[in-house]
Amino acid sequence: MAADTTPTSSKNISVTLQIWRQAAADQPGKFVEYKATNCNPNMSFLEMLDVVNDDLERRGEDPIAFAHDCREGICGTCSLVIDGKPHGPHEGIASCQTYMRSFEDGAVITVEPYRAKPFPVIKDLITDRSAFDKIQQAGGFISIRTGAAQDANALPIPKQDADLAMDAAACIGCGACVAACKNASAMLFVSAKVSQFALLPQGQPERDTRVLNMVAKMDELGFGNCTNQYECSAACPKLISHDFIGRMNRDYIAATFRAACKDKAAGADGGA
Amino acid sequence: MSPLATLFRSSIGRKFLMALSGIVLVAFAIGHLVGNLQIFSHPDKLNGYAEFLHHTGPMLWAVRVVMLTCLGVHVWAATVLTLENKRARGGQAYAAGKSWLRAPFASRYIRLTGYVVLAFVLYHLAHFTLGITDPADFKGAHAYVMQQDYAVMGLPVVAAGTQVDNVYLMVYRGFESVPVSLFYIVAVGLLSLHLLHGIDSLFQTLGLRSQTWAGALRKVVALICLLYFIGNLAIPGAILTGALAPHPAADVRGTAATAQTSPASAQVAQHD
Repeated sequence: MAADTTPTSSKNISVTLQIWRQAAADQPGKFVEYKATNCNPNMSFLEMLDVVNDDLERRGEDPIAFAHDCREGICGTCSLVIDGKPHGPHEGIASCQTYMRSFEDGAVITVEPYRAKPFPVIKDLITDRSAFDKIQQAGGFISIRTGAAQDANALPIPKQDADLAMDAAACIGCGACVAACKNASAMLFVSAKVSQFALLPQGQPERDTRVLNMVAKMDELGFGNCTNQYECSAACPKLISHDFIGRMNRDYIAATFRAACKDKAAGADGGA
Repeated sequence: MSPLATLFRSSIGRKFLMALSGIVLVAFAIGHLVGNLQIFSHPDKLNGYAEFLHHTGPMLWAVRVVMLTCLGVHVWAATVLTLENKRARGGQAYAAGKSWLRAPFASRYIRLTGYVVLAFVLYHLAHFTLGITDPADFKGAHAYVMQQDYAVMGLPVVAAGTQVDNVYLMVYRGFESVPVSLFYIVAVGLLSLHLLHGIDSLFQTLGLRSQTWAGALRKVVALICLLYFIGNLAIPGAILTGALAPHPAADVRGTAATAQTSPASAQVAQHD
């Protein structure tokens, strides 16, 4: 896992921010300049925005709206495009764990929301990413009666498969992949969600319907198509590999042909 | 949805069609080059080869139909996918500009190289298949008498003494023109760049690429593209620089004027 290895610093810095302000989804937006002066270099980018907002509120102005929640890189809520790169300058780091020490004193920093048709701007830097929820609802789960937890070794899973499934499951659904892709493709997200189950025995019964339904929903919601440039995985704060996209492609084609040949039980539409 | 409908309607299905048609087109392009490199041998070879291909009857047309279908599918899929991608990205570009994170150079220009390759294919067909651009030197305009049998896999397919079209002369004359040769060289250079991303990419689309051999795949693809470019550069390059001296048997500089008016006199001239 990559980490922000910029050394901590004690010298306070001042930066100029060019921030996208948009009152509502149906309102036109524009960039507005703000100064963030005397910032502690070890404060996070979001904390810097908090300070700027405190100042705006004191002056009776509308604070800058930005999405945030856990601030420890695991919830996938923060979603800033900083100087043209989703989540800012570092690899494998979410916006919330980007620190001011990563910027030069006097830097001009452009902060924008994700730009993608399926992620419309709600306000300022906040986009509506419920399209991801809709894709999840189309198949990103397993239908199983969980009951009491069974013995850990009851279902043997090779370590390699378990590790790979965990790599896929590391996706926090932040949408940086869509924001970074020139085609606004959601294939890295969908492939991670498909693969985390496809690699495990519990995911097998719904494996085919899952990939078919999730891809169909992704297409329906207007996401673009992958052109294999792998900008998505470079921007991903969890460094999800684009290999999962290849895996999903393989699964999807196989599922398409399997679905066409599948026998259907005579009583499939009735009940016992 | 039937598998066929899925292939034509879904994002991954269209990419799959793109990859499959790409495989056929790449296989043709390489086979076509290998056949044409016979120009470096006795004119019997290239002329016999052309005569053989022209007399494969329905096979020739079957191959032409398959090739045109693949080209059509490839261009159709590229157009539809690109339009969807543009729609998905939406109207608002990133103000900070799009800085590439890791997209390979060839992938950034795949659409532009595609346009040039398409124009080149049309010109190439008009030049050497339909004889529109250069009718004076088109294959039927000059006759050639085979001096030796032309054999395919040990089987003689064109007998010595047969009068055939002088394709060798047509190609030689065609590439003596500096602008034509330069256009060919630039176009095959861009085609090689197109293949550099295309071949690598099709493995990902078919789900056959993974991190374990992605590096090796990239190197093999780069080598194939380099060899393909060198092979294609060799033909116009050798003619243009005079490195490939015209073979006397093909009557490149001799009695072309008489040959145009009477194939019989050309035959006499060649025997002189």
